[in-house]
Amino acid sequence: MAKSQNKTETKKAQKEKREIVVPGEKIASEEDYLPGEWTKKEGNSIIALRFGLADKSGRLVKIIPLSGIYMPRKGNIVIGRVIDITFNGWIIDIDSPYQAFLPITECSKFVNKNDLSECYDIGDTIVAKVLNVKRKGIDLTTKGRNLGKLEEGMVIQINSNKVPRVIGKEGSMINLIKKESDCEIIVGQNGVIWIKGPKVENELFAQKAILFVTEKSYIEGLTEKTKEWFEKSKNKIEKKNKEE
Amino acid sequence: MYTKRPDGRKFDEIREMKAKVGVVPRANGSALFAFGDTIAIASVYGPRPLHPQHLQNPEKGVLRVNYDMLSFSVPERKKPGPTRRSQEISKVTEWALLPALQIKNFQNTVVDVHIAVLQANASTRCAGINAASLALAHAGVPMTELVSAVSIGKIDDKIVVDLIKEEEDHKEGEGSTDIPMAFLSESGKISLLQLDGKISSKKLKEAIEAGKKACKKIYELQKKTLKEIREE
Repeated sequence: MAKSQNKTETKKAQKEKREIVVPGEKIASEEDYLPGEWTKKEGNSIIALRFGLADKSGRLVKIIPLSGIYMPRKGNIVIGRVIDITFNGWIIDIDSPYQAFLPITECSKFVNKNDLSECYDIGDTIVAKVLNVKRKGIDLTTKGRNLGKLEEGMVIQINSNKVPRVIGKEGSMINLIKKESDCEIIVGQNGVIWIKGPKVENELFAQKAILFVTEKSYIEGLTEKTKEWFEKSKNKIEKKNKEE
Repeated sequence: MYTKRPDGRKFDEIREMKAKVGVVPRANGSALFAFGDTIAIASVYGPRPLHPQHLQNPEKGVLRVNYDMLSFSVPERKKPGPTRRSQEISKVTEWALLPALQIKNFQNTVVDVHIAVLQANASTRCAGINAASLALAHAGVPMTELVSAVSIGKIDDKIVVDLIKEEEDHKEGEGSTDIPMAFLSESGKISLLQLDGKISSKKLKEAIEAGKKACKKIYELQKKTLKEIREE
């Protein structure tokens, strides 16, 4: 009992403490805090090194970015476009500071070494996993389930910092959108989203829902709000159909 | 004797400032900053791969600033395209912003800052630096602090904050001296100090103090603007 109470209290405290900070601002001045991501310690105080939400969970202080370009991390699923073919692999643009490389050996299919374009051609959209991030350059792999070339469907782009909100807790949000719009959706951690549905209308509807989520990303209990939004927009569509 | 400013402001009064973040949705970060009717917008792209390759720096990221005055920004049409003046301002803006940035971990990449002056009535480089600093923060570029800039003038023998064109062209007495300066928000260091005219070292110190005070006000506005993003 006492334990659970304690837990809710810490949760409350966390929520209260998340506020927007600007670069150079002091987040905490007590000695017992430790600097986390995007912060530094100067004397006794912790200074923000970038614009975002300050998060104090326990003793660790870190900044959750609200904006900015995607920084790849090992294990991320990303969606990218083939921009060049070399003798031993493909160069992929994944909207990050560096281009990514997909070597032949990391392609799941059999590849004819004389003509790599048979597998992935320039301009193709692919889903891949980040294998590792080196000082300069990113390696990808398409070995694995649901990885590889994407055909048909449409691709939209959102702020990569809002991807966690689009996916939701344990995928609650994305599953809701998938169910309501009847579409297949793949969300890349780099903010690129691929949507494929039975009809273009379904795809556009899914896109609308995703844009709704990104616009309202700061609201708490967003999944509930999105459910309401789905009901409303569904009624609208039905009305329209009846009128026609 | 210079006793009254043409627009009725006090000698240490900044024109009405306006700041807004996110004015260019396509960019990674963007901001608008205005001193009265001097309006500048800045948009930031990157960090992204730098081309041509010979400009890449394998030790740290590169900042590239491009300042431009639009042809309709001044009463007499300005011929579009880069000029000697715009190249100089691009360079000094770059130097003014660089000490606040932490881009050493983005080797071989570039952060592009494009500053466009929509309307000019003196202090365009200061408005540009303020807008660029906001835009860089908005783009999530790692920074240790923000940068605020203001132009201080000496007209006849008076120290005046935030000049307008009319004051810049003041001819009577000792004439007019324009001193644009930029300060880092936390450490208080000076990252830009240009001087156009004549001034004694005593007066210059006075001018820097006035600039420091004015920049504090500008910093407060920049901070407020960034913190208000969520409500949009």
